[in-house]
Amino acid sequence: MAGTLAEKVWEAHLVRRGSDGAPDLLYIDLHLVHEVTSPQAFEGLRLAGRPVRRPDLTIATEDHNTPTLDIDLPIADLTSRTQIDTLRNNAKEFGVRIHSLGDADQGIVHQVGPQLGLTMPGLTVVCGDSHTSTHGAFGALAFGIGTSEVEHVLATQTLPLAPFKTMAITVNGELPPGATSKDIILAIIAKIGTGGGQGYVLEYRGEAIRKLSMEARMTICNMSIEAGARAGMIAPDQTTFDYLQGRPHAPEGEDWDAAVEYWATLRSDDDAEFDAEVVLEAADLEPFVTWGTNPGQGLPLSASVPVPAEIADANERVTAERALEYMGLEGGTPLRDVKVDTVFIGSCTNGRIEDLRSVAKVLQGRQKADDVRVLVVPASARVRLQAEAEGLDVIFKEFGAEWRNAGCSMCLGMNPDQLAPGERAASTSNRNFEGRQGKGGRTHLVSPLVAAATAVRGTLSSVADLEFEGDVDLTTFDGTPLAPLSAPSFV
Amino acid sequence: MEKFTTHTGVGVPLRRTNVDTDQIIPAVYLKRVTRTGFEDALFAAWRGDPTFVLNQDAYKAGSVLVAGADFGTGSSREHAVWALKDYGFRVVLAPRFADIFRGNSGKQGLVAGIVAQEDIEILWKILETKPGTEVTVDLEARTAHADDVTVPFQIDDYTRWRLMEGLDDIGLTLQHEDDIAAFEAGRAAWRPKTLPAKHLPSVPIEPARPVG
Repeated sequence: MAGTLAEKVWEAHLVRRGSDGAPDLLYIDLHLVHEVTSPQAFEGLRLAGRPVRRPDLTIATEDHNTPTLDIDLPIADLTSRTQIDTLRNNAKEFGVRIHSLGDADQGIVHQVGPQLGLTMPGLTVVCGDSHTSTHGAFGALAFGIGTSEVEHVLATQTLPLAPFKTMAITVNGELPPGATSKDIILAIIAKIGTGGGQGYVLEYRGEAIRKLSMEARMTICNMSIEAGARAGMIAPDQTTFDYLQGRPHAPEGEDWDAAVEYWATLRSDDDAEFDAEVVLEAADLEPFVTWGTNPGQGLPLSASVPVPAEIADANERVTAERALEYMGLEGGTPLRDVKVDTVFIGSCTNGRIEDLRSVAKVLQGRQKADDVRVLVVPASARVRLQAEAEGLDVIFKEFGAEWRNAGCSMCLGMNPDQLAPGERAASTSNRNFEGRQGKGGRTHLVSPLVAAATAVRGTLSSVADLEFEGDVDLTTFDGTPLAPLSAPSFV
Repeated sequence: MEKFTTHTGVGVPLRRTNVDTDQIIPAVYLKRVTRTGFEDALFAAWRGDPTFVLNQDAYKAGSVLVAGADFGTGSSREHAVWALKDYGFRVVLAPRFADIFRGNSGKQGLVAGIVAQEDIEILWKILETKPGTEVTVDLEARTAHADDVTVPFQIDDYTRWRLMEGLDDIGLTLQHEDDIAAFEAGRAAWRPKTLPAKHLPSVPIEPARPVG
């Protein structure tokens, strides 16, 4: 029978098919653990006298709470320190591998899995974090779970799950200059809404997706959850295999050959039926930016802030009014006129080496705008080391940015990296919810290229607003063009 | 888990859509390592506003939340469910829920019932015109009753059964331990294991320092 990619991975993990309305029982290949959503799960095991069934399929890292400065000193925030100590103690007690702050393999859990070669096509991957959807970029079925489910996976290495529906999202054609995979996903969320993906696994396909690097694909799958979907997937191809081969945990020898042979079958059959389909033309996309307080409230950067009175649907109108009040924006203001206080470059969405390289290309030889704070936070310690090996840190520092240690940082402000009330940020992260980056903080979600151009000009900007001199290679490392050489200047 | 059949309590109209998990409980409250004691964190940012519904005397003792569409979007934090439960909520009714939130609710004995938008509007009207009105939620019949109005809600059969029986998921799964072991025996060799740990050579990480 013809099947979709998601259905094939599902079927390959079926421990027991549910009957009489009971869910299927699915085997979990890889369980990623961090400090925030695990303490109560380990406590549950302890109370029930249960061990971790498969420590060898489990890995923990510290990311949400960790400071990005002075990481060799005791963590100042006592509750953060307690939570991290709790994870360390639990890992020790239950025999779980952990990469702690200061370790070269510490970092955001969704970067650590891929960079170690643990994330592979055809796996089921879970983590007590909604951005687990990131790993779907490899053709894995990967989704976020709650703490009760974390405990369930620790105890049984399985999860009872009702089947998802499937949605094909096809992105045809080629991206125009200055647009990136972040703009693709922001445009998709604006199109289908924050609830549009509820109950679905999204499969991204089409020419524009195939041309993206692994890291650019991870950005897209990462934000599937912002469209309400628990998982997003991209069928594995040569790009996937090339990324994986040679990584520490990638299969070797005969195992590699067997794996690649299997992985090549992991694609939706031509006659597979999806429950829903969405089509976008990449050529129509341009740099996107959010204006409101949910990731679906996004528009092309060339647009203006919406005028609530012009919104027909009453609920949407009230939501927009409330969002604009929170954001301190007037309807009708051109987005390019919006001035920011902070630029945050990082997170599991856009804190990888290719993101930092493309940002460095824009920042090189320039100075940050006055009164703008620029934070560059690599997704993992390895990303930081790689960036330093390439000299990117020097570019960031000369530009006037702060070059930090790895972690989730200002994406959710659980560590000291927060916005002050009323402070406005252009952020390469994934959520613009009220208070997400600090109480009263105002977030505009953007791509790394828009973040970089905004850091230069101080107002929401794209690289087309900048002039480039000399023979700069104006493509990012995922192959998307930065801007035409004859880019107009708004200065 | 406590069995749930029917519940009667004060209904709270939350006339907002897209109530995300950062609104239900901001991230700063997620640092705790306990499973209870989150009542102070519920809707923390809004609780400072005297006009917020839970700050009005008639609604303070609420236990049935009636909210707009896409309730619980965003992060996977089960703390959102713990905070609602710790405050005293037993039921949330909304036209649409985020998947993870709905799943977490089912694990923790919080009923997340899907109610048609027009019925939500009716409930809002009742609860706003007569603050303090009680809502009776009947899980067996899948109905919510307030004043003289009864509206249906949806909840999947399996979750409803588990809630009504008060069953623990892990215990249910471990009844199939043989099936799990059999599945593990047939797992392909290329599938990854985290142990023994493999990684690039360890190198010292230089701590970043505050600027200026």
